[in-house]
Amino acid sequence: MTVPNLKQTAKPVKPKTNWSRMDEADNFAKTVKLFRQGKYDEDSFRRFRLQHGAYGTRMTSDYAMVRIKLPAGEIYPHQFEKISQLSEQYSIGNAHFTTRESIQLHWVILEDVSEILRSLAEVGMTSREACGNTVRNVMCSPLAGVCPDEAFDSTPYALATAKFFLRNPMTQALPRKFKFTFTCCEKHGMARIVDVGLIPQTREIDGETQRGFKIFLGGGLGNKSFVGHQLEEFTPEDDLLYTSMAVIRLFDRLGDRTNLARNRLRYLVNEMGWEKFQNLVLKERAVVRATQSVITRLKVDTIPNEVRQPIRISDESGESTPDGYARWLKTNTVKQKQSSYHSVFITLEAGDITSNQLTAIADIIQDFSAEGKARTGFNQNVALRFVHEDDLVKIYSRLLRVGLAKSGALTMTAPIGCSGTTSCNLALTNSHRLAKEIQRKFLDLKLDEDGDLSGSSIKISGCPNACGQHSIATIGFFGGGARVGKDMYPNYQMSLGGRSDGSAMLGEICLRVPAKRVIPVILKIIELFKEHKKSDDTLQSWIHRVVNGNEDSQIKSLNDIKKVLEPLTIPPTKEDDPDFYLDYGSDTSYHTKTGKGECAA
Amino acid sequence: MCCLSGTVKITTDVDSLRSEIRDKSVRVIDVRREADYKQDHITSAVNLPLATLLSDDSPERVLKLVNSMGIDDETRVVVYDDTFGALASRVAWTLEYLGHSDVSLLETTYGNWKSLGLENDSQIPNFQSKEHSMKLQSNILATSDYLESAKTRDDVILIDNRERLNFLEQHIPGAISLPYRTLASDGKILRPKEDMKRLLENRGVTENSEIITYCGSVGTLSGLAYYALKSAGLSNAKLYVRSFKEWKNLQKPTEKQEDASYWDLSAE
Ligand code: HEM
Ligand code: SF4
Repeated sequence: MTVPNLKQTAKPVKPKTNWSRMDEADNFAKTVKLFRQGKYDEDSFRRFRLQHGAYGTRMTSDYAMVRIKLPAGEIYPHQFEKISQLSEQYSIGNAHFTTRESIQLHWVILEDVSEILRSLAEVGMTSREACGNTVRNVMCSPLAGVCPDEAFDSTPYALATAKFFLRNPMTQALPRKFKFTFTCCEKHGMARIVDVGLIPQTREIDGETQRGFKIFLGGGLGNKSFVGHQLEEFTPEDDLLYTSMAVIRLFDRLGDRTNLARNRLRYLVNEMGWEKFQNLVLKERAVVRATQSVITRLKVDTIPNEVRQPIRISDESGESTPDGYARWLKTNTVKQKQSSYHSVFITLEAGDITSNQLTAIADIIQDFSAEGKARTGFNQNVALRFVHEDDLVKIYSRLLRVGLAKSGALTMTAPIGCSGTTSCNLALTNSHRLAKEIQRKFLDLKLDEDGDLSGSSIKISGCPNACGQHSIATIGFFGGGARVGKDMYPNYQMSLGGRSDGSAMLGEICLRVPAKRVIPVILKIIELFKEHKKSDDTLQSWIHRVVNGNEDSQIKSLNDIKKVLEPLTIPPTKEDDPDFYLDYGSDTSYHTKTGKGECAA
Repeated sequence: MCCLSGTVKITTDVDSLRSEIRDKSVRVIDVRREADYKQDHITSAVNLPLATLLSDDSPERVLKLVNSMGIDDETRVVVYDDTFGALASRVAWTLEYLGHSDVSLLETTYGNWKSLGLENDSQIPNFQSKEHSMKLQSNILATSDYLESAKTRDDVILIDNRERLNFLEQHIPGAISLPYRTLASDGKILRPKEDMKRLLENRGVTENSEIITYCGSVGTLSGLAYYALKSAGLSNAKLYVRSFKEWKNLQKPTEKQEDASYWDLSAE
């Protein structure tokens, strides 16, 4: 007899938007065939492939990396299940959460990409315009809608913006990629390091509250990074779309299409000067506003999402609180503005997750999140929100069972590491593994529990291109090679003092640190800080003072820090320490090797 | 029923098997471990644990096993497991190799059968042993020697059914990677025919080729792939049944994806 499944679960929440188009899968399959038959030239094919969200892979043309974009970071349980399945079928049994709220499948056979697109379409997801010279994934703070400090929830605006520009003819051939990030508040912000960054704000006009944004333009990270400029005091919500269109039109018209290395919006702004650019934007916006024949509006859906009754699975009361719970609670959860609810961040290792864990998350969302979906975060992680405080012990136990209950998600013990030599053509070092090594070591040392380190961050890129966002880290690294005689070893340039919040600034170069000395060097910095800190200092505030020349202790400048660290960075001989000459994750001698990069393609 | 007409279904659906069981017109083989079988199994099924078969899968031994299960040349056979069809495939292939063509896989797993509430019990059936002939079908078997020479031909495609990371790390030169997880679809051990065809065609695997499948050690995952190919109409397929384990033991050449630390992309 059929036994009905007796587990009581709430009705699954379905996505409101279908981002996919099934015909794109067939078209992709056809185009790959033509390309393989030599009927499609390399350059046009690359552009096509990137437009559909498939990157090339390190040292091979057989494999691709598929980047699935999640507008505003929203992802639903059945979508997790699908990605789990796809990771086993077409990838390495793992998926990767990125710093821009997307999910990547690596080492996918180019001929299988169309099958992935097809499956994504079944669950309303897309990888379209996740790469290439177009509007990339529109991000939104994972705390938007629950952040105690926000003026209002910016999520609907992020979704509407993503919807408006996706497949929009005006964004199909920009000079270069173009990124939007919506945030919740100044503190949780990333608004100043992106082409267009937006922070919600309100003002009172004739006793009425008007919604609007602080808009920052021309920021961004890369080989050369810039902090964005605020366009005007207050941009009313009705002007949001016109402003976005104006900036994109200007970029399209004036952006440098010849010099690939310098064609992001930030270079345009920098070369022209901010005031001139600002004026152009305001003028262009007036033109856009006036010439839209029909009033073009963002379709902002502000109907509040249903918050379901938290689901009580059979109450396992009497069960004791598992070890490590208090530590996890402190370093992985945030109280929401809605009383009794928490947002739970899941600690991953440099964004990697197994197919089994993806399926487990789908179930855990169903059982514990009253909004019935999840949000990807800014730090290669994922957040389950609207978890009732009475359920926190239970959700911790569930996460523990599937290896997802590591502490430290919101601390500097969860470093960012870009793909590095695990898959990226431009990589010089294994930044990805280094991030994992640091995490393991620092969790062992329980540094996540150290309040003095809160608000600080470690971010690592495998080359100067800054995919790992090293320039906004308290302690940032980018990879390169160095040599002693004929022997090469992996090396990192270290910068200190970067941040992306209200006092956003780029980190300043301190010194080069060999890969195998990165951990001791960070520990030494922490030691120095403990020695010289004032009572209410955090590592971040102390470094900030040193970098800005405002520190009065013995360590007054980056140079003073450098002097203390330098002895740690001296290469030993190969006979004394052969391991020094190997990169993490490799047992063969280190050499730099790169292929054709596609960031500008 | 004629044996070599190619009309034998690769998989059999649940309802057909139920009616065949009612009509007593089928021999059902359960390839799970003996302890699991004894607990419960599809009504009327006999047990042939894969390990029992593998302990000695010489044709003479297999013939004895087949006879003892009451199977002669005319018996219709359906095989099932609880491991997405891979173990069942290896047993089905062995019967086919012996010359028994009327063998199908159950389209789903035992776990699924049971959760649908379909007939199962713990009775061990009684039957008489039979006499099967031996007509070895060497055209569905690839040995290492055969593979080595076939590989040099343009019309031969070699498929590796292990997981992608294992493939990247080491594989037989020239092989293409098709992880076994790609073969199934929701709830079924094999994808629908059209789906499978499209996937294979994208990968350049077409009926003009001879196809050889292999996996890690004993030909289970690649056995499933062998049937996946047949289900898509690609009948010119062979199983390299001793697979990568033998290839490595024989110290034949292997190939790897160089200059990338892909293992570091995996969690755990
Ligand atoms: C000159 C070339 C490149 C530049 C300037 C560049 C720039 C960036 C930047 C700035 C980010 C950080 C996200 C943000 O905007 O905040 C990023 C993210 C990323 N980029 Fe690149 N990129 C380049 C090439 C590549 C290539 C070739 C790959 C590999 C196929 C790649 C893979 C990634 C990944 C995976 C991320 C997300 C980081 C993560 O979570 O792993 N990038 N890129
Ligand atoms: S920073 Fe360099 S190594 Fe890392 S993903 Fe970007 S291009 Fe590749």
